[in-house]
Amino acid sequence: MTWILLAVVALVVVWAIALYNRLVGLRNQVLNGWRQIDVQLKRRHDLIPNLVNTVRGAMEFERDTLTQVMEARARAVSATGPADAARKEGELSQALGRLFAVAENYPTLRANENVKMLQEELTSTENKVGFARQFYNDIATTFNTAQQTFPSNMFAAALGFKPSELFEITDATERQVPAVDLSMRK
Amino acid sequence: MIVFVGFLLFLGFGFDVFYIGEGALTFPIGSLAALGIGSVSALTSYYSGDRAVLLSTGAMAVDRALSSAASPDDTYKIRQLDNVVEEMSIAAGLPKPRVYVIPDSDPNAFATGRDPEHASIAVTRGLLDTVTRDELQGVVAHELSHVRNLDIRLMTVIAAMVGTIALLSDWSGRGMSSGSRSSSNSRDNDKDSGAAGLILLVVWVVAIVLAPLIAQALAMLVSRRREFLADATGAELTRNPLALASALEKIDREAAPTLSVKRGTAHLCIADPLGRAMGLREGFLPDLLATHPRMADRITALKQMAYQA
Repeated sequence: MTWILLAVVALVVVWAIALYNRLVGLRNQVLNGWRQIDVQLKRRHDLIPNLVNTVRGAMEFERDTLTQVMEARARAVSATGPADAARKEGELSQALGRLFAVAENYPTLRANENVKMLQEELTSTENKVGFARQFYNDIATTFNTAQQTFPSNMFAAALGFKPSELFEITDATERQVPAVDLSMRK
Repeated sequence: MIVFVGFLLFLGFGFDVFYIGEGALTFPIGSLAALGIGSVSALTSYYSGDRAVLLSTGAMAVDRALSSAASPDDTYKIRQLDNVVEEMSIAAGLPKPRVYVIPDSDPNAFATGRDPEHASIAVTRGLLDTVTRDELQGVVAHELSHVRNLDIRLMTVIAAMVGTIALLSDWSGRGMSSGSRSSSNSRDNDKDSGAAGLILLVVWVVAIVLAPLIAQALAMLVSRRREFLADATGAELTRNPLALASALEKIDREAAPTLSVKRGTAHLCIADPLGRAMGLREGFLPDLLATHPRMADRITALKQMAYQA
């Protein structure tokens, strides 16, 4: 009888160690995922002045759009805290979307290889931000599920684990699909 | 996988029983040599197989492809490929693999390398010219899924096992003629176990004859399952199964063989590079020995993920 009891205790201890190690691994992946988003946002900030300089010459008449992009970028760079950053990055995305929509009206711009290349780089950066968020949400969901399913849920909190927050769209306007018409039907 | 190891063990067991057990050989030199050659070839392909494969296809590293790009459009396409690979490795949470361009006009792509830290993705020039950015993303996601699911390593190990089995079967078959003479003397000594031994002998002989075929069929079964899995994982990365489906449709339409990709690399490609139009050849035997599932089946599976089939 004592042996059975001891075996059960030993089994529980082994299981708890495995659970703990798995949760630590996941938590680190979640942190890494979060930093990856920052890395990608930083890249976007670095790329935008380039873009604006390239199109400036050909887009003399669209000073407003260009200034808006630069201002949105400045605000995004100086954002404090995740919620603030999320909102300002969203605004920056919208300003960029407008810039590309307007740029479609300039045939010289569309034919310009440099602009095409920069547009590709920016599309890619937007995608990277998106995929970094997707990866973060995926890994955070795995982390949360690992904590909240039975029987882990009885121990996770005691071992000092908290569920991670998922990345969500805070700005209601961002939920709407941006209406960028590139078909040039007028 | 387990079936494979079991198969290998059975062949080795038979070898021991019928040759060493009956005194035809005093030392299992045949099986040891077969195993040795098998492991050496496996290790070699494990550590330098990716370089050999890339070299044999004439693949160019993306930096070199960029510096030798003929037109701004070339530069654009190659930069785009590099970007797409980086995006997908972010989505998969993997280090970015090395990117190569193969100067071949048939659309195809493959992944190679022993683990995610030493992976390479190669894409033909034809693919860059045929597909849109979204479709390219789907294809790269499929290849990166092979990397993430460790399919490359799995297929390397399996290829080595198939090779070992083929070797064993070959040598056992050759040794049979000399072995049978000496075993006829010893059979008189143990007549009781003769019936059971005879059945085992027959099963073993049949296994030897069929071994290479069965091993190949098993390897291809694994390969086809991993293709479906890579399609599904790829769709999970892009959240856009339809892009991969339409890329596959485009690749399927250009059914010409990818000349620069050799037979040994076939299972790593997104589409069968040997140009066997799987959609046209249906039936049991083609299905059994194909490295890839039928294109139509893959496209249907992807469309089902998007609730469109």
